[in-house]
Amino acid sequence: MVFCFTRSRVYLAVAALATLCATQPAGASDKPDPATDAKAFRNYFVKKFPNVKLEDFVNGPYALDQDMRRQWEEKEQFPPYEFSLEKGKEMFAKPFRNGKRYADCFPDQGIGIRQNYPHFDSNEGKVITLEVALNRCREANGEAPLSYVDDEMAALTAYMAFTSRGKPFDIKVPDDPRALEAYQNGKRYFYTRRGQLNFSCATCHVQNPGERMRAEVLAPALGILNAMPIYRSEWGGMATISRRFTTCNSQIRGVPLDPQDEDYRDLEYFLSYVSNGLPISGPGARP
Amino acid sequence: MASTIRVRAILNGEITEVQTLIQHPMDSGFIKGENGELTPAHFIRELTFEHDGRKVFVADWGTAVSKDPYVKFSFKGGNKGGDLKVSWIDNKGETDATIVKIQ
Repeated sequence: MVFCFTRSRVYLAVAALATLCATQPAGASDKPDPATDAKAFRNYFVKKFPNVKLEDFVNGPYALDQDMRRQWEEKEQFPPYEFSLEKGKEMFAKPFRNGKRYADCFPDQGIGIRQNYPHFDSNEGKVITLEVALNRCREANGEAPLSYVDDEMAALTAYMAFTSRGKPFDIKVPDDPRALEAYQNGKRYFYTRRGQLNFSCATCHVQNPGERMRAEVLAPALGILNAMPIYRSEWGGMATISRRFTTCNSQIRGVPLDPQDEDYRDLEYFLSYVSNGLPISGPGARP
Repeated sequence: MASTIRVRAILNGEITEVQTLIQHPMDSGFIKGENGELTPAHFIRELTFEHDGRKVFVADWGTAVSKDPYVKFSFKGGNKGGDLKVSWIDNKGETDATIVKIQ
């Protein structure tokens, strides 16, 4: 009863309390509460890894494994994503055939805005990720969209992340039932088990970060998108968020959704929101 | 096109430390592409570092070296402001070279 009272009082007038608590199981119909979720999410990781500084979570496995960290620090002097970054910079500056540029599609000319994506578009009622926004920009200017899992898209997001380095994630969930539903759907996707291995995203990245999966050290979910896109040495190339999500799903022997499927967009929305306040560190390099 | 070679050479005492990143597909010839056909082998055969005309590092490479290879080594006898020339040639005869000053 106490639980029911505390969870509900945020939203409900006192008069309505008695009836609601009596008719519904505690918490079951609670309106999504992103702010409380994000706090709890962050606290979980901070408590699990008391020696890791909060802003260091964006460095994934390197925050948790000293040996890997030393190797990475050396690698960062000559980062493997450098070629992609340069390509992204060129692509970003090059005008489309109609003379417009990517910069014309974005606020602040597209510089230093990575931390605001994904955002909820209240006209459309959907989550717009940076990758979707980039392709829309192309299509609006008469160019064919890029593949969400290829190097060109990664080059663009790498450049945009690079210009936003150090800026804290600032994702907003407006008080709009559709936005809350998108957030909730992303959260649901994150915690739902799937695939032959019956893993959820959380199985690896909430329950077991810092543990090894074969030779890899699993990254904590907190701050995991701040480093995107990443150069994966194992893949010998860049990985967009889309490529990461689809590959995660096939690695647990599930059937991946289409890149930038609405569920993936909602997932990105949820995961980015709970990392609010942590700095953008992308593009990253991972083994 | 921008150079495929990134290189930095820093003199520290009498040791010059060199770091290089090279952009190259380094196809082994055993990987199938999207069309199901094998991608023909395409790899750097020889990588050479010359300091003021003297070869300080030569690597004979094959298909076992990864894509976009990274090389780090050090040598004695470098002088500040001296030239370090890096060049590679691959199995298709393609080649690239760049010259940097030792810092």
